Amino acid sequence: MITVNGHVYSGNAKSLKELSGQYSDCDVVIYNGYQTNDDHPLSDGDTIVFIRRGEIPPQESLESMLSARCTPEIYEKVHNGKVAVAGLGGLGSHIAAALARTGVGALLLVDFDVVEPSNLNRQHYSISHLSQYKTDALKSQIADINPYVKVYTKNVRVDESNACKVFNGFHIICEAFDNPSAKAALVNALLQQGNVKIIASSGMAGYASSNDITTRRSIKNLYVCGDGVSEACPNQGLMAPRVMVCAGHQANMALRILIGIEDA
Amino acid sequence: MKINGENFSQSKPVLLRDLIKNLGYSTDKIAVELNGDIVPKSSYSEITARSGDIIEIVSFVGGG
Repeated sequence: MITVNGHVYSGNAKSLKELSGQYSDCDVVIYNGYQTNDDHPLSDGDTIVFIRRGEIPPQESLESMLSARCTPEIYEKVHNGKVAVAGLGGLGSHIAAALARTGVGALLLVDFDVVEPSNLNRQHYSISHLSQYKTDALKSQIADINPYVKVYTKNVRVDESNACKVFNGFHIICEAFDNPSAKAALVNALLQQGNVKIIASSGMAGYASSNDITTRRSIKNLYVCGDGVSEACPNQGLMAPRVMVCAGHQANMALRILIGIEDA
Repeated sequence: MKINGENFSQSKPVLLRDLIKNLGYSTDKIAVELNGDIVPKSSYSEITARSGDIIEIVSFVGGG
């Protein structure tokens, strides 16, 4: 089966170039997740999306266009995937946005706080979101990024007493809290419950080398991203670039687990 | 015993709580795995670590 713009292709074109002739008004070609101008022979399982630059696509092919960059063989795993994000600050807001862009099927967003002006230096919010709940602000942004992601939200402060209940039904959880005791409390509660993989964070403040930030599988079901030492404190605040590097590590680890790769 | 992948010399059994303290960790900012199992915080003062144990201590610093 060959899929073109989200529909099963039943024509007899044998190559990408031949097929392109039928979409001569389109100038962007995404062939199995990769934008190309080259010709390729068509074979079973290929996914092709033709896009006309600058035009808003019709609703029925929008979903396939949004997912066009996801390599076809991993699309199903990502599309059926569910990830929870605990804390929607600098880390969590960027993790959620990255996973939404990747096309993860369902996201659970958890935070108790509202967007403040002091968040804008590093968090995935804008002035228009000030005073909104972070859950609501992020949910509305994701609806604009990829409306096919199911987004569940909970406005709640998580501690060891409610952690298992809050994240019930989600088996991949990104820990993105600010407070180190809250991080440890969440990790301990969820690891004791079992049947989850946690992607936590420790050490991403300041502007030390990006290369110090790693993903380590410290404990069987616990991955920790960060440099392990750069604590947010006076004279070493959190800044967008390094926070985003760490969020990228966490989102990529979540993606790897969804695809079935457990190594850090 | 091995702690975080490094050999650690400990001649006699020691309470996990004391070991954690001696290593300079703050108990409310860590997760501890002993021989592949996560140790509940409430057991730190009951469980004894001995020669041959494999211990992982993950500690968290603030920021996110």
